[in-house]
Amino acid sequence: MPIFSNEARHKRQALFDMLFRGLTRTSASAVLILLAAIIGSLIMGSMPAIREFGFGFLTSSEWDPVNDEFGALIPIIGTLVTSGIALIIAIPVSFGIALFLTELSPRILRRPLGIAIELLAGIPSIIYGMWGLFVFAPLFADHIEPWINDHIGTISYIGPFFSGPPMGIGILTAGIILAIMVIPFIASVMRDVFEVVPTLLKESAYGLGSTTWEVMWNVVLPYTKVGVAGGIMLGLGRALGETMAVTFVIGNAHEISKSLLMPGNSISSALANEFNEAVGDIYTSSLIELGLILFFITFVVLSIARYMLYKLGKLEGKAS
Amino acid sequence: MLNLYTRRRIINSIGLFVSVLAMSFGLFWLCWILWTLLVSGLPALAPIVFTHMTPPPGSTGGLLNAIAGSLMMTLVGTLIGTPIGILAGTYLAEFGQRGWLAPITRFINDVLLSAPSIVIGLFVYEVYVVHVKHFSGWAGALALSIIVIPIVIRTTENMLRLVPTTLREAAAALGAPQWKIVNFVTLRAARAGIITGVMLAIARISGETAPLLFTALNNQFWSSNMDKPMANLPVVIFQFAMSPYEDWQNLAWAGALLITMSVLTLNILARVLFRQSATTH
Amino acid sequence: MNSKLKQLITGLAAATVVVYAGASHAGNITGAGATFPYPVYAKWAEAYNAQTGVEMNYQSIGSGGGIKQIKAKTVDFGATDAPMEPNELSLLGMAQFPTVIGGVVPVLNVEGIAPGQLKLTSAALADIFLGKITKWNDPKIAENNKGVNLPDLAITVVHRADGSGTTFIFTDYLSKVSSEWKSSVGTDKAVSWPVGTGGKGNEGVASYVQRIKGSVGYVEYAYALQNKMTYAQLQNRDGQYVSPTDDSFKAAAANAKWNPDEGFYEILTNEPGKDSWPITGATFILVYKTAQNAGTAKDVLKFFDWAYTNGDKMASDLNYVPLPANVVDMIRGSWKAQIKDTSGKAIW
Repeated sequence: MPIFSNEARHKRQALFDMLFRGLTRTSASAVLILLAAIIGSLIMGSMPAIREFGFGFLTSSEWDPVNDEFGALIPIIGTLVTSGIALIIAIPVSFGIALFLTELSPRILRRPLGIAIELLAGIPSIIYGMWGLFVFAPLFADHIEPWINDHIGTISYIGPFFSGPPMGIGILTAGIILAIMVIPFIASVMRDVFEVVPTLLKESAYGLGSTTWEVMWNVVLPYTKVGVAGGIMLGLGRALGETMAVTFVIGNAHEISKSLLMPGNSISSALANEFNEAVGDIYTSSLIELGLILFFITFVVLSIARYMLYKLGKLEGKAS
Repeated sequence: MLNLYTRRRIINSIGLFVSVLAMSFGLFWLCWILWTLLVSGLPALAPIVFTHMTPPPGSTGGLLNAIAGSLMMTLVGTLIGTPIGILAGTYLAEFGQRGWLAPITRFINDVLLSAPSIVIGLFVYEVYVVHVKHFSGWAGALALSIIVIPIVIRTTENMLRLVPTTLREAAAALGAPQWKIVNFVTLRAARAGIITGVMLAIARISGETAPLLFTALNNQFWSSNMDKPMANLPVVIFQFAMSPYEDWQNLAWAGALLITMSVLTLNILARVLFRQSATTH
Repeated sequence: MNSKLKQLITGLAAATVVVYAGASHAGNITGAGATFPYPVYAKWAEAYNAQTGVEMNYQSIGSGGGIKQIKAKTVDFGATDAPMEPNELSLLGMAQFPTVIGGVVPVLNVEGIAPGQLKLTSAALADIFLGKITKWNDPKIAENNKGVNLPDLAITVVHRADGSGTTFIFTDYLSKVSSEWKSSVGTDKAVSWPVGTGGKGNEGVASYVQRIKGSVGYVEYAYALQNKMTYAQLQNRDGQYVSPTDDSFKAAAANAKWNPDEGFYEILTNEPGKDSWPITGATFILVYKTAQNAGTAKDVLKFFDWAYTNGDKMASDLNYVPLPANVVDMIRGSWKAQIKDTSGKAIW
């Protein structure tokens, strides 16, 4: 007795199966090829600068288009410092928000408030830039920066980091705006991760007489620490690559100054401002090399995040 | 004097109070930004915005060409990126259990997802604009599609994974070949979630400026030809906002309000759809 | 099924026609470059479009950008405030001609100082931008401004963040009047500024100066006027303090020696004459001598020909100085002589 009622039809279906699988596999490979193409074209574009400056590019703070002397130090520092400020502000605030959403908020408000925080993530970055330049910076310059100058700027060790003319734009402002942009990402991840903590764990702690704060700080946070770290890394990745919001308010000055109130530059801002006008191989390829460096930094940050999430995955189901 | 118990109670109260502050902090910025947008953008949102082209400095005009250009490039970018994204996401969820391609693609996808969009614009400039020797709406749409792909892949894969295996096995037991199972059962079951992903991708690219700076350039006039520089809202806003002309700044606010409202609406819609589909399972 | 398919195809065809309707619009041209003349080019484009239906799309991405894009042939013409030197022009096979003349003015934002009230010597201006003068009540400024209330306020320098011909003209002037500037910074479209914050385009600089108290920057005159900014008087080569006006720009330009064979290369900074504004410059257009697409090249020339004939009033309304008629004739002559199609025939 034949196994299949219609041998030919079976063969055709097998062919379709193969074609479909091939189609999806091609699409997946396309993603790989895309990344390879991006990195490849960035490397090719930076060759003149790489040949000219070598590794010194990473440590030089020169940016002289007249003499074709370029160095990535200032944009790299600007990118890292603004992202650092953003994280310092965003992490505690996100923790507070996640705590509120999981433990404190009344059930009815939980979803609307959660959506409200996620809406912050949805606002396009150029809006942040405009709002930062038109609304936040003037207020910052008129009211807050003088206060910072007078009160923090005079403390002996950290003073120089907080003094400068009250322009309203600068590294600190860029960092604050980045923090606001990054909070929804970190807060959402923290909330999602807090929600999957086994209730048994929390209830046991409550049963022993812990306060809510102690449960969050001593039980939930350590339990979820790898996921939280992963979320922080993702927020960092977003902050590093942010272009528009930073370009409006960072001040675009190619100089390092100790003070956070002074203008600086970030890699994406430098690219956004100067790429269209850069003339000459060395200038253009230096900018492309900046893009390559940024890509590389993002890559590293994400790998760390990935690795931490991977380790979390491995811990699941482990005997404790 | 404070015994341990009281001290713990105080720390608890402080901690919870700070958490409420943090929540208010987050909401404060959201409300302030939305308020600013409404106050500055709404007055400028006259019908002229929708009927006239972008004006030179000192003249009155609207944002018609920018709105149309953005719509066109967003549409094309989504049309290019979505099929590739859904297919690749399907591979990762359905066919990628064995072998090296799936894990690596997943990682690469995450990298692309967080890649600075300005680098993507740079890439399209180097690879396409320089060779074709002109800026164009196609280049802009291409850059946008590269941003769409990782988002769609990520959501497609996640949604497909949520479909219970029993569904697939039931279809297989009925004798369906795998391509039919994936297309007519699994993908259909995950349909709402995938659409959510596409909408989130659209929301994301509607507000992207950097990738369009070096690809679509901008256009003072009506541009319906994708092969020429194309006006688009984000770059127009960038240009107008940084200028010292008041009518330009007003138009920038109007455009900002338009983009934000559409993006937020899409976001909320996507979430509402998703919750609905989740509860019907 | 058949009729539905037909409907679908018809619909797609119609859509394609609509989408490509823009392509069949003859004569549309794209240009990019200097922000200096952007207001007047945009004004001209609007009027030209109203009269002829041709769209001249100009994007102000900076002079450096204009040069880069015309080199990459991604635009039909480039615009630059920093004229290309004759040997580079011949190397690239490009022709260059000026369109309008304008002035770069120092603008400031100090409470209590009215437009045109502050007097700056060339040395003071250079020292401010070198970072050597850091406060508004510095004696080097005060000594020439008796009677002006100069506050004890820090000076915030605002310069261009992008490559710009406006910067080129400004730094060319500073190099001419300050040997220290010339040796430590130099002249270029983008330089390594000793101090200051960068704004994007003339628009960005104007924006920052308006926002930051105690700031000083440099913008093209039209931008200063449009936004009622506080400008300063400068001491010119003949020792006179002049204000930036159409007449002072014209006075500076009167000394220009235009040479069509050298791409009209002229930088009008620090010109002699008691009424001359010291930071004057012309702005230029770059096109290829051998036009790949003769039709487009002719359309570019047609636009500028129209502008020279009909655009003078629009230009002066925006406070640019139109070129005198004899120079325009020289320019048209240079088109005839220099710009040819691929077979060697003159286009104009």
